[in-house]
Amino acid sequence: MPPELTSAAVPPIGPDDHHRGEGPQLIVYADLGCPHCASAWAEISGREATIVFRHFPVASKHPRSPALHAAAEAAGLQGRFFEMVDSLYADRGHVDDPHLWQRVERLGLDLERFEADRRSADIAARVRRDFESGIRAGVTGTPAIFA
Amino acid sequence: MISAGEPAPDFTLRNQDGAKVSLADFRGRKVLLVFYPLDFSPVCSDQLSIYQEVKPEIEAKGVTMVGISVDSGFAHKAFQEKLGIDTPLLADFEPKGEVARAYGAYIEKTGHANRSLVLIDEQGTVAWVHESPTPLEIPGANLIFDALSAA
Repeated sequence: MPPELTSAAVPPIGPDDHHRGEGPQLIVYADLGCPHCASAWAEISGREATIVFRHFPVASKHPRSPALHAAAEAAGLQGRFFEMVDSLYADRGHVDDPHLWQRVERLGLDLERFEADRRSADIAARVRRDFESGIRAGVTGTPAIFA
Repeated sequence: MISAGEPAPDFTLRNQDGAKVSLADFRGRKVLLVFYPLDFSPVCSDQLSIYQEVKPEIEAKGVTMVGISVDSGFAHKAFQEKLGIDTPLLADFEPKGEVARAYGAYIEKTGHANRSLVLIDEQGTVAWVHESPTPLEIPGANLIFDALSAA
């Protein structure tokens, strides 16, 4: 059965959400291939807030986005989710596989594990779960920020 | 704007490849008409890109989705390629906006359709309509699924 995509409120922060910082919550639905998201990310990252990152890759618009979101999740499995997100947004011009491997090396991650993880069905499902919660909340563009 | 329960006005328009597409071709299936203002305007790009991401789920509900604007088939083809979408785009080009007018989705002042969604059932009757308050507001894909789950 396809997932239910009828209207639903933005899910509150949950145990498997990626979040960092302290303070009022900002739930951010973002696309790692989206230039507007990169500038918004730079702007909100310095705020005193609990920033929750939710995946919203729009593959038709940014064909590389699914790979980038999977890479962030795979880095997350090694405890460096936000470091990978920061890295991807800070340099949007280098997002091919060899560039990802360089980022993995810089972050001190296990490359072999990263390569296996980023292609896993679990990670694809994790990314899609965030995307679907955004669709249900009526997200129609990125970044979409819910305070 | 046309209302639920009314018969959907039939039309024949050319798609992005120049092929003729009639509403009657879809009889027996649900059809979602996505009227939008113009190709290549930033807001439309987001709307059709987002819908593309949930197109498999829309189709799984037995619905064929088509976009309609006053642009020509050639512009539609380029727009489709730019967005990386495969949703058919129909050219309501000559007489300009005739189909949008028939559905009450045309804005005379600006010369293009408002952002409007029309769900047509298997028998060719309008089942649901959503008209954006302004062309700048994109209807979320969730509204389509709400309509389908209520139908």
